[in-house]
Amino acid sequence: MKQVIFEIQSNEALTPEVYRMVLSGDASAITQPGQFVEIALPGKFLRRPISVSDWTENRLTLIYKVVGHGTEQMAGLSAGTRLDLLTGLGNGYNTSLSGDAPVLVGGGVGVPPLYGLCKKLLEEGKKPRMILGFNRESEIFLKQEFEALGVPTHIATADGSVGTRGFVTDVLKTLDYSYFYSCGPLPMFRAMENVVTTSGQYSLEERMGCGFGACMGCSIQTRSGAKRVCKDGPVFIREEVFY
Amino acid sequence: MNTKVNLCGIELSNPVIPASGTFGYGYEFADLYNINELGTFSFKGTTRQPRFGNPTPRIAECTGGMINAVGLQNPGVEAVISRELPRLKECFHKPVMANVSGFSVEDYAYTCQKLDAEEQVGWLEVNVSCPNVHGGGMSFGTEPEAAAQVTRAVKAVTKKPVIIKLSPNVTDIVAIAKACEQAGADGISLINTMLGMRIDLRRRKPVIANTMGGFSGPAIFPVALRMVYQVSKALSIPVVGMGGVSSAEDVIEMMLAGATAVEVGAANLVNPYASLDIVRSLPETMEKYGIENLSEIIGGAH
Repeated sequence: MKQVIFEIQSNEALTPEVYRMVLSGDASAITQPGQFVEIALPGKFLRRPISVSDWTENRLTLIYKVVGHGTEQMAGLSAGTRLDLLTGLGNGYNTSLSGDAPVLVGGGVGVPPLYGLCKKLLEEGKKPRMILGFNRESEIFLKQEFEALGVPTHIATADGSVGTRGFVTDVLKTLDYSYFYSCGPLPMFRAMENVVTTSGQYSLEERMGCGFGACMGCSIQTRSGAKRVCKDGPVFIREEVFY
Repeated sequence: MNTKVNLCGIELSNPVIPASGTFGYGYEFADLYNINELGTFSFKGTTRQPRFGNPTPRIAECTGGMINAVGLQNPGVEAVISRELPRLKECFHKPVMANVSGFSVEDYAYTCQKLDAEEQVGWLEVNVSCPNVHGGGMSFGTEPEAAAQVTRAVKAVTKKPVIIKLSPNVTDIVAIAKACEQAGADGISLINTMLGMRIDLRRRKPVIANTMGGFSGPAIFPVALRMVYQVSKALSIPVVGMGGVSSAEDVIEMMLAGATAVEVGAANLVNPYASLDIVRSLPETMEKYGIENLSEIIGGAH
């Protein structure tokens, strides 16, 4: 964990509700895809936890959905604004377990951290495949970015407007894969549990207080005892989690 | 510039103490900085049995603060002694404040007796003020006689200084503090969180799964300060002040109100370096207000 002042380079809407914020500053504390940052916002007491989508040593890309007062405030920030961040929080995805051909399953605003993960797997010479689930066409984002990486990208939409009509699981059960990585809502994980054929890793979400393990605000029960989503997670091995 | 204070017979290099529930069992913060720079810290509220605590969401936000309903999650006193304290010993070389909670007078006595026997423990901070658990915690801190009963039971089985941590959710804080003093308490710490709640407008339901929770943060500082003032004026034992403390100036203000030492809570959850920043800025802040010797200002506003 590191406390760093970043400067916003750009902050643009990808869909009516989803924004991409690119920040410059020291991102060296981030070591794994799936980690997150905590952003201090003027006038807000608690920081906002946002997953890291992509990063280099001095650049950070965050993709977030406007879901409340904090993210609404973030969406209104312009280039040049300086923000106080805690970076390199949590345990991200472990890529050493992936095998040759892992599948990456993202649901809605759970898609962003899979971008950094996908790049890391490609760097390691693996052949990842994407399944991205959205409700409807207007909510789709990052599809082109994944395709630009040369990665097979399957889309599922609940209303059938693009790709497979239905859910990520409708695509997942037609594929062979060596391992899976996922980020999305809990009901999606529950549905996946009925179809997955390998081990894998889920990134969980919980309302947090501090984001670095001090307050016990985001605790969950796992098969290996009580865990903090922020510090022991957010990524957990499939076998550890109750659904 | 002298920042030393004496809390119930034990000298602190400075009066700054991260409050229970915002600092775990300390060793994780040792990855960030040398925690020996702190006066001491009060470790996570510990009970006789392990507890997972309340369902999530446990956290809500509000103007100038936050609300938590963690519900005393802790591994239980046996695991604290066998697992947490040995890990702390590797990085912290000062007496630690052991925070204890319970659901019966016997629970409090049992857990305190166990921790009293641990060399690393300097003080027992007995929490009769947790708003987040049913059938215990705060119910002992809202009646003078119940608080006195817990105090007597703990004092009977311990040798170390016993500090009773009080709830602000009462009509007459002074009466309860006095009852604890008369029952043999060596000190009083206050305030624990204030009972509060938030409602999610979209769901039209309480934000926190447990409906209500403990409100903390800078917004409660004036209430805390007032209660520290009232209690320290009425008692002759030391008072540890807390509630919304976020700066060295807040520490000095609490001490002028009558606090011998000062705990820092919610601020640690926003900035993990908050307590350290306060320790480091104390000397310059003392200089600004013409304070040579910090212990001399205790109760200075009385």
